[in-house]
Amino acid sequence: MSWQVATVADVRQETETARTIVLDVPDWPGHLAGQHLDVRLTAEDGYRASRSYSIASAWANSHSSTIELTVEQVPGGEVSPYLVEVLKVGDPLEIRGPVGGWFVWKPEQEGPVQLIGGGSGVVPLRAMLRAHAVAGTTPVRLLYSVRRPESVIYVSDLKELAASDAVDVRLVYTREAPAGEPRVGRIDADLIEQYALKPEDGATTYVCGPTPFVETVANLLVAAGHDPARVRTERFGPTGGPR
Amino acid sequence: MGIVSPGFTGRRGSGADLPPGQYLTHEFPVLSAGPTPQILTDHWEFTVTTETGEKYKWDWAALTALPAEEITKDIHCVTRWSKLQTTWKGVSLDTLLADVETGADFAMAHSYGGYTTNLPLDDLLDGQSWIAYEYDGEPLHAEHGGPARLLVPHLYFWKSAKWVRGLVLSDSEDLGFWETAGYHEYGDPWKEQRYAGD
Ligand SMILES: Cc1cc2nc3c(=O)[nH]c(=O)nc-3n(C[C@H](O)[C@H](O)[C@H](O)COP(=O)(O)OP(=O)(O)OC[C@H]3O[C@@H](n4cnc5c(N)ncnc54)[C@H](O)[C@@H]3O)c2cc1C
Repeated sequence: MSWQVATVADVRQETETARTIVLDVPDWPGHLAGQHLDVRLTAEDGYRASRSYSIASAWANSHSSTIELTVEQVPGGEVSPYLVEVLKVGDPLEIRGPVGGWFVWKPEQEGPVQLIGGGSGVVPLRAMLRAHAVAGTTPVRLLYSVRRPESVIYVSDLKELAASDAVDVRLVYTREAPAGEPRVGRIDADLIEQYALKPEDGATTYVCGPTPFVETVANLLVAAGHDPARVRTERFGPTGGPR
Repeated sequence: MGIVSPGFTGRRGSGADLPPGQYLTHEFPVLSAGPTPQILTDHWEFTVTTETGEKYKWDWAALTALPAEEITKDIHCVTRWSKLQTTWKGVSLDTLLADVETGADFAMAHSYGGYTTNLPLDDLLDGQSWIAYEYDGEPLHAEHGGPARLLVPHLYFWKSAKWVRGLVLSDSEDLGFWETAGYHEYGDPWKEQRYAGD
């Protein structure tokens, strides 16, 4: 797997601090929903920094050469502020991927799917929702934890998906909820009990987000009787991140 | 040197001698593929199975009765953080394997929870690896692999299997969990062996 140069075809501001970058990648081999790629930045003098980003879009077909990333800006971060604030349409961007074969959903996989995301952890889950909309037949649910209504990434996309019978979307607000939503607080045992698929449903659960979020949710799932082997996690590294 | 990213300057300046592509962190990030297994030391057991099927076993009391070492090493995660001068306590694999009869070249580490990772046996010997059960003077927390994990600091940290429960020795090299999922079979941070083929 070697580095290749992609071109920024479009950018979309998702929230005040997150944006989606549409990349044109001439020789993209395709990917599975949930995989990530590495982005490498090089300064004038050759200094380099790389980070991993989940692929937000599903692999549509072999004729399409665009993929999407969604990056949440981490204050004081080295790479994410550049991707969110500096990179612009027409710029080149070095990438390498796709990578990862565990935190993935495949259409031929049996059983319902429970997705649980915190903050930018929704990115690979969105790829799974998109892939599922094309090829999935089993039920899928998304439980998405955000700070406040303005922090929701993919608002219109999620509304559209939620309108379909196959997908159930539930938002959890940790700091501030919209009018008519009384609950403010983190995901806890009650909420898992109420909104997540049950162990006996035979669901595979995908949990993604900042490390403490994933740790808490995965522990709650196991305590609720879920088989650890059916709980897949992806932790977004050292960042305290949004939750 | 590839393409320049217009307007990118970078943070730089940790001053530390890190493997290429790594940055310094003072936190202790957690990365694993599933929920954190909660293993009680009462139930903990470590086995070494040789290529002929012979088994050697240690329970918690047996492990902690062995001579332990204080280890201070830099660690490097494939997700690009490095942490310097981390301190551990544990039993050297030289001690554990001293009486094990084997001519095997490879080891597969197995963990509670089902995780596996492969290593050349040579990389586990000669003071290069430990079964660690203390971090920074305290019992190793479950989220960092407690009660005990493999510690192989000279390779990317995914080789330092958390919640380790055994080694299976073999003449041929099989691939472990991440190695099967596209990561490098060996994982030398100084050579940036992240993905298969690097
Ligand atoms: C498999 C995977 C997939 C991912 N997918 C996504 C995704 O889809 N979207 C997304 O937004 N993120 C994703 N991430 C996280 C992403 O890779 C980066 O970690 C994130 O963007 C932060 O990078 P950064 O360079 O901006 O911050 P960093 O420079 O890495 O800093 C992170 C934090 O640590 C502090 N810090 C660390 N080192 C120093 C230092 N030397 N000096 C000062 N402060 C320091 C920073 O202040 C900041 O708070 C993913 C991570 C992984 C592992």
